[in-house]
Amino acid sequence: MFEGWLLSLLIWLPILGGAWVLAIGQRSLGAVRGAAVVVASVAFLLAVALWLAFEPAGGMQLMEQRDWVPSLGIQYYLGVDGISMPLVVLTAFATLLVVIAGCSDAIHYRVAQYMGAFLIMEGLMIGVFVALDAILFYVFWEAMLVPMFLLIGIWGGANRIYATIKFFLYTFLGSVLMLIAFLYMRLEAGSFSVLDFHDLSLGLDVQVPIFLALLAAFAVKVPMWPVHTWLPDAHTEAPTGGSVILAAVTLKMGAYGFLRYALPIVPEASAQLAWLVIAVSLIAIVYIGLVAIAQTDMKRLIAYSSIAHMGFATLGFFVVFQAGLGAAAGEGALTAMTGGYVQLISHGFISAALFLCVGVLYDRMHTRDIAAYGGVVNRMPAFGALFVLFALANAGLPGTSGFVGELLVILGSYQASFWYAALAGLTLIVGAAYSLWLVKRVVFGPVANEEVDGLRDLDRRELALLGVLAVLVIGLGIYPQALVTVAEPALVELLDDVSAALTAAR
Amino acid sequence: METVLYAIVLLPLLASAIAGLAGPWVGRAGAHWVTILAVGISFGLSLWVLYGLVWGGLEPVEFTAYTWLSVGDLGLEIGFLVDRLTALLMVTVTFVALMVHIYTIGYMHDDPGYQRFFSYIALFTFAMLTLVMANNLLQLFFAWEAVGLVSYLLIGFWFTRESAIFANLKAFLVNRVGDLGLLLGIAVLAGAFGTLHYGELFAAVQADPERTVSLFAATEWRLATVAGLLIFVGCMGKSAQVPLHVWLPDSMEGPTPISALIHAATMVTAGIFLVARLSPLFEHSTVALTVVLIVGALTAFSMGLIGLVQNDIKRVIAYSTLSQLGYMVAALGVSAYAAGVFHLFTHAFFKALLFLAAGSVIIALHHEQDMRRMGGLAKYMPVTYATMLLATLALIGAPGFSGFFSKDAIIEAVAHTSGPWASLAYWLLLLGVFVTALYSFRMLFLVFHGRERLDEHARAHLHESPLVVTVPLVLLAVPSVFIALFTFGPVVMGDFLHTDGAIRVLAEDTGLQYLAAHYHGVLGFMGHALQTPTLYLALAGVLVAWLLYLGRPQLRAPLTAPLRPLQRVLEHGYGFDWLFIRGFTGGGRAFARLLARFGERWLIDGALVNGMARSIGRIAAGARYSQTGLLYHYAFVMVLGLLLLITLFVLRTLFA
Repeated sequence: MFEGWLLSLLIWLPILGGAWVLAIGQRSLGAVRGAAVVVASVAFLLAVALWLAFEPAGGMQLMEQRDWVPSLGIQYYLGVDGISMPLVVLTAFATLLVVIAGCSDAIHYRVAQYMGAFLIMEGLMIGVFVALDAILFYVFWEAMLVPMFLLIGIWGGANRIYATIKFFLYTFLGSVLMLIAFLYMRLEAGSFSVLDFHDLSLGLDVQVPIFLALLAAFAVKVPMWPVHTWLPDAHTEAPTGGSVILAAVTLKMGAYGFLRYALPIVPEASAQLAWLVIAVSLIAIVYIGLVAIAQTDMKRLIAYSSIAHMGFATLGFFVVFQAGLGAAAGEGALTAMTGGYVQLISHGFISAALFLCVGVLYDRMHTRDIAAYGGVVNRMPAFGALFVLFALANAGLPGTSGFVGELLVILGSYQASFWYAALAGLTLIVGAAYSLWLVKRVVFGPVANEEVDGLRDLDRRELALLGVLAVLVIGLGIYPQALVTVAEPALVELLDDVSAALTAAR
Repeated sequence: METVLYAIVLLPLLASAIAGLAGPWVGRAGAHWVTILAVGISFGLSLWVLYGLVWGGLEPVEFTAYTWLSVGDLGLEIGFLVDRLTALLMVTVTFVALMVHIYTIGYMHDDPGYQRFFSYIALFTFAMLTLVMANNLLQLFFAWEAVGLVSYLLIGFWFTRESAIFANLKAFLVNRVGDLGLLLGIAVLAGAFGTLHYGELFAAVQADPERTVSLFAATEWRLATVAGLLIFVGCMGKSAQVPLHVWLPDSMEGPTPISALIHAATMVTAGIFLVARLSPLFEHSTVALTVVLIVGALTAFSMGLIGLVQNDIKRVIAYSTLSQLGYMVAALGVSAYAAGVFHLFTHAFFKALLFLAAGSVIIALHHEQDMRRMGGLAKYMPVTYATMLLATLALIGAPGFSGFFSKDAIIEAVAHTSGPWASLAYWLLLLGVFVTALYSFRMLFLVFHGRERLDEHARAHLHESPLVVTVPLVLLAVPSVFIALFTFGPVVMGDFLHTDGAIRVLAEDTGLQYLAAHYHGVLGFMGHALQTPTLYLALAGVLVAWLLYLGRPQLRAPLTAPLRPLQRVLEHGYGFDWLFIRGFTGGGRAFARLLARFGERWLIDGALVNGMARSIGRIAAGARYSQTGLLYHYAFVMVLGLLLLITLFVLRTLFA
């Protein structure tokens, strides 16, 4: 019925809804909150409708194609496949979470702008995932920086200006190079359509600079070592909701970029430089994991943990070139690729949950310093139980979603090299060390001080938010096939295209 | 049949959920009734399954529950395999779990976390059953980590104690080292054969046992050896073999019922089960088996020695557990899987009994665990004393007791294995018998005999524990004494575990096969023991313990004085804790801080990023007066970029 413009609805409904919330302004707190929740809920229901309307098969679906700037060949061109669809749903889900979480009294300053920013950002992020025109993609990609920038700058912590400069510089410099690459490809392909880009067969000499330009943009977003240091600062200064979106969705845009642009458009260069990405991914897993252990600020610790976990995604995507790509299905390439993909969604849930947990504590004690806590479970048993669950999920405990991606990436990486698997596997120890040591210092132990003694347990809203995430984390852990069924055809198609391109070039 | 197996596994899970999530509504009695009922039914059904497999003509059952994940050709499933090996363990696990559940009513009587505790131990029962009933390595790994999780939660059960939450973190991390090995072993197998299903794996290994993998660029390693050694690292973590044993003594911070259930009878024996289950793989690697043998024998002897110098009653039993696990592992190393599994089986009863009896003493003395403040308790606690005595006799291998058969079979099997390593292992295991008897009776004498070293307050309130505590003790004492009499023949000397293919031994001349060929019933085996040093060494241990702790305590000081240095080494556990805590953990943390300070803040942030930001700041210095300076940067760079693009266009059109 409305399938012809479902994707447009998913983009523009939150944006217009956000504008509406802004228009309500400061008139009534209740009205603003109510409107924001309604918009986010409707958007989420649309995302569910998208999941239901989606056929788990290869190729783009639900496409919309209109001319936008015909003289330059820029189109309003949308579509989803198994790679982008779950990310759209994740975006709508995460936004609903933060909007509901934002209804607490912790956000009391410019509530309409706060909610509006999230809703508008939701539309823009969905736009990133469904755009099939490079310029359209670029516009969404850059535009979503603005609300995030404002969120950190206005509702952030004490050091927010430094963090915003850093965030801005890093991400912007990366994307300029990407734009140049797009313009070059436009000259080659005759349009900005991503699908046309996929059909290009460029020479290796051109592929390498394009790959590097794309890498610059995506590596910063993921973020990959060594261009990651904006993330801990952005996270620590961002309000809880900002951190949740940043971790759950924004980082995924970089990883998505690799799957949609880097691998299919410049497969030879990707293969040539896979070693580079593999190396920095392994550094992210091991080195960043160790750095996480040394953190004294809860949000910094989780931010570093995020970087290490995203390392699994990028490792999974690029190890395919050394893990039997093009061989029979069931070889390492598809396993690693699927693992990297599952890791994206899983990390979306787990990091969102952990940042919400920190937010719960921060709202009560106004500090992120780990040393200020201790024995929280004595006063907050429900919170303690959930926090332990999410920390264990973060440590990759089987039965939680955190295990699935790590397992598959390790199994796949083994096909490339035993030592990749062994290094990546170190996360079993390192990840458990920073996650559970955090738990030990914050949750367990005797009541550390009077502030902790005065803590009250989760209220109903907090319990509901974290409870839903707990169900998802465990659900994806016991039945990951639900996600893999949807994504696998697209991933197989991607790998087939890449391997065909590599064979043709040989 | 499938329904029965589902019920066995899922009932404890359901009960755990009820006790845990609905704790406030079902109340304390509700929590223990629902979990005891569930575990009781699981036990009954397990017994029925075992009966069916042994006498009922039931064939091994295998089925798939659901596909967890399938990627390409790699199908990862949740499924069950119940043969005699599994059924034997199911019965052991559910029986000990049932006893511990009942016992807990008494032990945790006053604890505010009563429901939570029942929820955890029922969850543990579920996880342990999933582990032994798996038909593939993935599910085993799931359960492997799940039992580790419950162990973590239970060691830290009293979470306000600093020592408890230190111990549980330590346990989890050390286990994770082992888990890394296991996971890599799984990766090796999945990588080579594209399946994790036991049957398919074994068939594939059997088809091509000489297959190799390359670890370093040029060298080829035998696949069975690489996978076997990696998987054994997992076994070393969970079954606490040297040097990954360091977590087990500290795990005694948990309440005593779980020390009995998890850290003695079941979870720590999961490693032995794993190797036995994978016997068709291990059989193809002499190297891996030799390593298994050496590690096991070293653990058996060295950990027993530490037991001699402990004063905490639970720690004595913990070191004893380590030592006995070493015996089981050593058995695996000489392909005497049946003997290892059988020792696992008998040990579960008598060691759980030892722990529970120790717990009975501990609650009678209001949580006193130091044996130097005990003594002469026999007359106050006759049931506890009698059952503990029986368990101790079983532990030291008194003829006729269950532990006698299982341990002697191991030692004899090693004795009849040729090779230098087997000889070394034999001597270590033999000396271990003396050590075992010595520390066991030292404990028994210090606790129940001799002078009463209690304070007045403790003595005044001293009495035998209630029935919920003593009945499980008695029920555990029965199998501790008698179980081997009618099971030893078929399980160890017969082909109980071999006919349905659960355990496969390739060689035709193993020590155990030699024993089986010369086996003439339990009486003959006991008679044969009179001609081996084992029995006399055990007797000597008892005598020495009697001499030093009861008969002539004045001899203790002069006799042990020359051994002072050894004693200090033992008290420090050979320095392993120091190595792990100061060395690995301390070193790791210092290294992490170094990376965070120099790698992150100084190098990347300081030199690269902020350096760049500063230069850009200088370029745009003129624009920094207004508050919108940042947006100006944005626009500025955008214009720059556009210019660049237009240039590109122009250049291209000019030169195209």
